[in-house]
Amino acid sequence: MLRYVLRRLLGAIPTLFLVITFAFFLMRVAPGGPFDRERALEAKVLENLNRVFHLDRPLWEQYFYYLGNLARGDLGPSFIYRDFSVQQLLGNGLPVSIQLGGMALLVALLVGSLLGCIAALRQNSWIDYGVTAVATFGITVPNFVVAPVLSLIFGVWLSMLPAGGWGGPSSMILPVITLALPQVAIVARLIRGSMIEALRSDHVRTARAYGLPMRMIVGVHSLRAACLPVVSYLGPAAAALLTGSVVVETIFGLPGIGRYFVQGALNRDYTLVMGTVIIIAVFVVIFNLIVDLLYAALDPRVRYD
Amino acid sequence: MTDTSETIFDIRDIRVTFATPDGAVEAVRGVDMNVKAGETVAVVGESGSGKSQIMMAAMGLLASNGRVEGSVTYRGQELIGMPREKLNRIRGAKVTMIFQEPMTSLDPLYTIERQISEPLRVHGGLSASAARARALELLKLVHIPDPERRLKSYPHELSGGQRQRVMIAMALANDPDLLIADEPTTALDVTIQAEILGLLAELQKKLGTSILFITHDLTIVEAFADRVYVMQHGNVVEEGKTEDIFQRPTRDYTKMLLAAEPEGSKPPVPDTAPILLDANDVSVTFSMPSGFLSPRFELKAVQNVTLSLREGQTIGIVGESGSGKSTLGRALLQLLPSEGRVVYQGTPIQGFDRAAMRPYRRNLQMVFQDPFGSLSPRMTVGDIITEGLLVHEPQMTRREREEAATQALREVGLEPAVRNRFPHEFSGGQRQRIAIARAVVLKPTVIVLDEPTSALDRSVQKQIIALLRDIQARYRLSYIFISHDLAVVKALSDYTIVMRTGRVVEEGPTGDVFRAPASEYTRDLMEAAFNLKKVLSRQASARA
Repeated sequence: MLRYVLRRLLGAIPTLFLVITFAFFLMRVAPGGPFDRERALEAKVLENLNRVFHLDRPLWEQYFYYLGNLARGDLGPSFIYRDFSVQQLLGNGLPVSIQLGGMALLVALLVGSLLGCIAALRQNSWIDYGVTAVATFGITVPNFVVAPVLSLIFGVWLSMLPAGGWGGPSSMILPVITLALPQVAIVARLIRGSMIEALRSDHVRTARAYGLPMRMIVGVHSLRAACLPVVSYLGPAAAALLTGSVVVETIFGLPGIGRYFVQGALNRDYTLVMGTVIIIAVFVVIFNLIVDLLYAALDPRVRYD
Repeated sequence: MTDTSETIFDIRDIRVTFATPDGAVEAVRGVDMNVKAGETVAVVGESGSGKSQIMMAAMGLLASNGRVEGSVTYRGQELIGMPREKLNRIRGAKVTMIFQEPMTSLDPLYTIERQISEPLRVHGGLSASAARARALELLKLVHIPDPERRLKSYPHELSGGQRQRVMIAMALANDPDLLIADEPTTALDVTIQAEILGLLAELQKKLGTSILFITHDLTIVEAFADRVYVMQHGNVVEEGKTEDIFQRPTRDYTKMLLAAEPEGSKPPVPDTAPILLDANDVSVTFSMPSGFLSPRFELKAVQNVTLSLREGQTIGIVGESGSGKSTLGRALLQLLPSEGRVVYQGTPIQGFDRAAMRPYRRNLQMVFQDPFGSLSPRMTVGDIITEGLLVHEPQMTRREREEAATQALREVGLEPAVRNRFPHEFSGGQRQRIAIARAVVLKPTVIVLDEPTSALDRSVQKQIIALLRDIQARYRLSYIFISHDLAVVKALSDYTIVMRTGRVVEEGPTGDVFRAPASEYTRDLMEAAFNLKKVLSRQASARA
């Protein structure tokens, strides 16, 4: 098992290397640079800036220079937020994004599983149709609609919760709901489908034939199997949630890292974009590994050695 | 047992209806049955006779669209309409069940110990350690080798026979009065079937449990049951003591079932008949490629098999599951990579890729076991049959193809008008006819038949066998007939090869192999298939 984890982590190195390389050159193919302004800088100033940030060197040299720094754990300075290094920016923002994303993930799992189970157990009843309708709504309504509407209702009209900003648990509620809503919907749908299948399976028939109480039939013999598709969905979903959302962070004014990805790309803040890409890639790799390990823990037929 | 024994399970005028989009379907139409203490009762019937649904209804296990009327009493308590909590105190404790599918009836995610323990803890209120001790005792009772280790095993680590033993252990855990066994050996090989039936007989003698045995297989009934109910279309058509039914059946349906064992034999072809397909030293190895830091894993599915198929000949390949017989069939037709030499009418075809094989495909056809899975559900029967012609006879006009399909359907005994219908509208036997028509329309010389009759009822099987014989005689076809069913192979082939774990155990003219099997393995196989009664009584006397 440990061997398997080590093997997977070793295998992640070439993956990350490819992602970094691809992102690095793709960024540079985009026209423009970090110091382009509406009013062009003086030639001398621009030259100095380019020299300081090594942008005057050939591209391959810049690439190896970046890799060299990266190997020492240095993500470089931000080209735009010039008083900060990329480490500082991400280091300040990541805890915010992880808190929000983690809460949203938890809500999605708990509420989604519960709704999915209820819908499956009451298949084709009004409860089932209700859950399906809510799920469809959750998936179709985009977060840039949900976020301002929630902010308006609970923040402005009812004044129950902060309409935006970061500080204290109450400021997390609306962003977490916004982030969790589509995930709740997806999890509920996945659980409903796999639960219906599990309840029809032969071994559940055996459990019923042996007079096991309903809570054991559902909790022990159906839910574990029904979780498996959710687990495989949650890998990429968790990585996406924990690395922040530009829409939610912008609308609620939160200091997460989701916005850096978009802002960085628009500003050609090369190092900041690379930093976010690396973080997201690492999260994806780690969560896929966690998913595979969870799978093995849940299903004894899956074994790694 | 005497007739004065107490009746413990009494079914009165039970009716089961299923609501379907096409209206209500009556699966069981008023059936009376009873089981006395210590008795073994068999319910026999073909698929769709409603025999399983009676038990499902009695135990509250009907699908959600099913409805039951009538009465089922266990020791005077009415089970139909009993609240679930109350019913749960009876099922799994006093009345238990084992099912047909040993592969799926156990939960794949939990250990054997946990699954045997659950009913013990729920019904008997046993502590975890007491349940564990009892589970171990039960595994010993059902003769599972290495029971301590097996407690920790998961279902997928056990063979089909062992899983069925685990199911039996679970069924006996709370000392039930009645064990309902729904086709418990149908998915197992004949030798394993004999072992499981022997075990049930032994346990019944030891524990005095009544057994209600549902089966389609009359051989089992004859060897195993005291009394039998014969069912057809949701009704009991005949009932009585097993000897009486077997010696003096009164109803035509029962007579037909009793006579449904495949009959006849095939005379060998003369040695002068030309050899069509010549296979030399064919081996198939499945391997998992070595991954990053993991070694290569190999499974030798077929090892050095040699055979020559002559014109008009039928070679029967017999073996239990895992013997490599289907793999061999596919390897001969180059449907999977193999080693060795395969020559078709003078041309070596081994290793041919898809394109190189194409001209030979029309001559080398295949019919598969599962008539439900092997026909595309979204194509009409006509399209399914003529699809091969599009590839092999591209110059044919639409009209000519239609004519060929009509002709092929007539050959297999179906109305040409069924061309425009879809596979799901047909029964298993009809689908297998369609699959045969699909092969025959190309006018092949060799057909590999992979368990073509195994999913069918005996009476339908008999018709398919007659059809295969008829087509063979008409077109001088050669068959490779793969089956685990010795009776069918005996009736249809003139040369028999017995395989086990990828190797040929024995081969020879069918008459010789069946009359005087040379190897012990073949003898065991034959006895388990044709003389179950003897096997069971020998097992019983060995225990005594």
